[in-house]
Amino acid sequence: MPNTFPPDSVGLVSPQTAHFVEPLALDCGRSLAGYDIVYETYGALNPDASNAVLICHALSGDHHVAGYHEDSGPSKPGWWDNCIGPGKPIDTHQFFVVCCNNLGGCKGSTGPTAINPDSRKPFGPDFPIVTVKDWVRSQARLADRLGVRQWAAVIGGSLGGMQAMQWAITFPERVRHSLVIAAAPRLSAQNIAFNEVARQAILSDPDFHHGHYYEFGVVPRRGLMIARMLGHITYLSDEGMRAKFGRELREGTPNFHFNFDTEFQVESYLRHQGRAFVDRFDANTYLLITKTLDYFDPAADFDQDLPAAFHRAQAGFLVISFTSDWRFAPARSREIVRALVRAGREVSYVEIPSEFGHDAFLMPISLYHEALRAYLLRVAREVNGHAA
Amino acid sequence: MRPELELISEWIRPGARVLDLGCGDGALLAYLRDHRRVSGYGLEIDTANIIKCVQAGVNVIHADLEAGLADFGDGGFDYVIMTQTLQAVRHTEALLDEMLRVGRQGIVTFPNFGFWRCRAQVAVQGLMPVVKTLPYQWYDTPNVHLFTLRDFEALCRRKRIDILERTVLDHAHRTWLGSRLWPNLLSEIALYRLSRA
Repeated sequence: MPNTFPPDSVGLVSPQTAHFVEPLALDCGRSLAGYDIVYETYGALNPDASNAVLICHALSGDHHVAGYHEDSGPSKPGWWDNCIGPGKPIDTHQFFVVCCNNLGGCKGSTGPTAINPDSRKPFGPDFPIVTVKDWVRSQARLADRLGVRQWAAVIGGSLGGMQAMQWAITFPERVRHSLVIAAAPRLSAQNIAFNEVARQAILSDPDFHHGHYYEFGVVPRRGLMIARMLGHITYLSDEGMRAKFGRELREGTPNFHFNFDTEFQVESYLRHQGRAFVDRFDANTYLLITKTLDYFDPAADFDQDLPAAFHRAQAGFLVISFTSDWRFAPARSREIVRALVRAGREVSYVEIPSEFGHDAFLMPISLYHEALRAYLLRVAREVNGHAA
Repeated sequence: MRPELELISEWIRPGARVLDLGCGDGALLAYLRDHRRVSGYGLEIDTANIIKCVQAGVNVIHADLEAGLADFGDGGFDYVIMTQTLQAVRHTEALLDEMLRVGRQGIVTFPNFGFWRCRAQVAVQGLMPVVKTLPYQWYDTPNVHLFTLRDFEALCRRKRIDILERTVLDHAHRTWLGSRLWPNLLSEIALYRLSRA
C-alpha cells in the first residue's frame, strides 16, 4: 500500500459485504436461498440520494474499481482507477460511486467457490448459471439496501455495458442514464465460438474433475490459462499487437530454437497474462460468466424486437465504441443506437479512434474520457443542481 | 449563423422531431430545443464537435453522411435539416433522397455560388472566389460541390422535389427587398424548405 495517494485518487478503500436472506429467483428456474454481495463505494450520497452511480464489471472484473486496498501495491489500484476519483470523468466529488462483485463471481460475492449450505462443500459446478437479468435484480436489492431509489447513471464496458442496458429495460424508473461502452446487444456466433473454445480448454483439463477440483486440492491451471490467453487475443487488435510486440523475439533469444519454447514476445506476454490470471480467478466462475455472456439477449423477451425492449426504458443513453474493437465492434454498438433511435430514446453515440482493441474501454484515452466527462457533467448538474 | 438559426426555427413546428445532418457543435439543435421544444438527434462526423454536442446536452450520433441514413426508418422525423452541408458531400442527390425518405420535410441551407461577389471574382480577377460564406482556398476546402440557387432549383424540379418555402440572406445576413428581387445575384445564403412531390 502506498503511503500517499495521488490527489485524484479515492485513496484507501475497503470492501463491504451485504448479506441477503430473502431468496432470489433466478432465470434458470432455481433460486438462491441467501447470498452475499461484496461491494465498494466512493464519494458521498447526497441528501436526496440522487447522485448514486453504479459501475458494472465485465468478465474478469470485480468490486474493486478504484483506489487502493490495504494490501495492494502502489501500482495496483482498482481496475478503472484512471476514470473514477475526485476530478476524474466519474467524479467522486459529484457522485456516490458503487461497484459490486456480481453473483457467481469469485471475489467474495456468492459464487461457485462459496459453501453450498445443503452439501457443506463448495458449490463448484452446482452453482446456478446466473444471467445479466439476475445480476440486475441482485444489484437492485443492493440499491435498496443503500437507500438508492434511482441511479443517476449505470455505467459499464463490455459485459458491464450489457448490465447498463438491462438495467434501463428491467427497471426503467430506476435509471436516469445508461452508459453503454464497447458492448453488443447480444453475442454473435463468433463471440459464442470463442467462449466455447475457452470453456472446452477448462472442461478438458484433467485437473478440472467435473468442476469439483476444490476437493482434490488442485485447480485446472492449464485450461484456465489457455482460456485467458484466448480471451486476451480477442481483447487486443491486430494493429495494437503489431505495435506492441511485432515479431520481436524475447530477450535472450537471438535466434529461432526450432522447438516450442516461448520465443516471440507475444507468446511470452500471453503466457504471463494466462499465469497471472490463474492465480486470481476461479475456473468455475469463468465458465459461468461466459455462459452469462452467451445468454444475454434483451430483445428475446420482446419477440426479438430490440426497439420494443428499449421502448420501456426512460433513461438517457450514451453509447461508446472503439474503432479497433473487433470483439464488440462499432457496428454492434450502432445496432444498439439504431434500436434506441427507433424506440425514440435520448441517445448519443461516439466512436473513439483507438488501436487498443476491446481493451480500449479500460484505457485513459483522452477523447474517450472527454466524452464521459462531458456527459457526466450534465448528469451531475441534473442531480446536484447548478452548483455542480 | 444566428439569423440562419432564427429563420429555420420559424419554419419548425413546436414539439417536432428533428434530425440535423452535419450538426456541428449542436448550436441549431440546442436553439430549437430551447425555442421550439423539438426532440431529435444530430449526426456528426467530427469527434471534437461530438464532444461539444454532448456538453450542450444535444443528442448526437457519430455518423458519416456519405454512408446514407440506413439506420433511420422512413418518415421517422418531421424535419431533416442540413445547414451548410450539402456543398460538402459527394453524394448530393442520394443524400437529398435519403433526407426526404427519413423526414416528412427537408430544410436545406447552402452558400450561393451565384452571389455577385463570387461572380465578380471569377469574371474580373479570374480566380476562384473567396467570400465570407465560402472562405476556403480552392486547394484546401471541405466543399466538393458549388452551386447557385438556380442550379439547386433545377435539381429539385428534375427530382420532383417541392420547394415549399425559400428565404435568402444577403451579405449582411438580412432578408431585404433586393435579395428577394434578384436572389441568385444578391443573396449569399439560401434556405429552402422541401418535401417530396
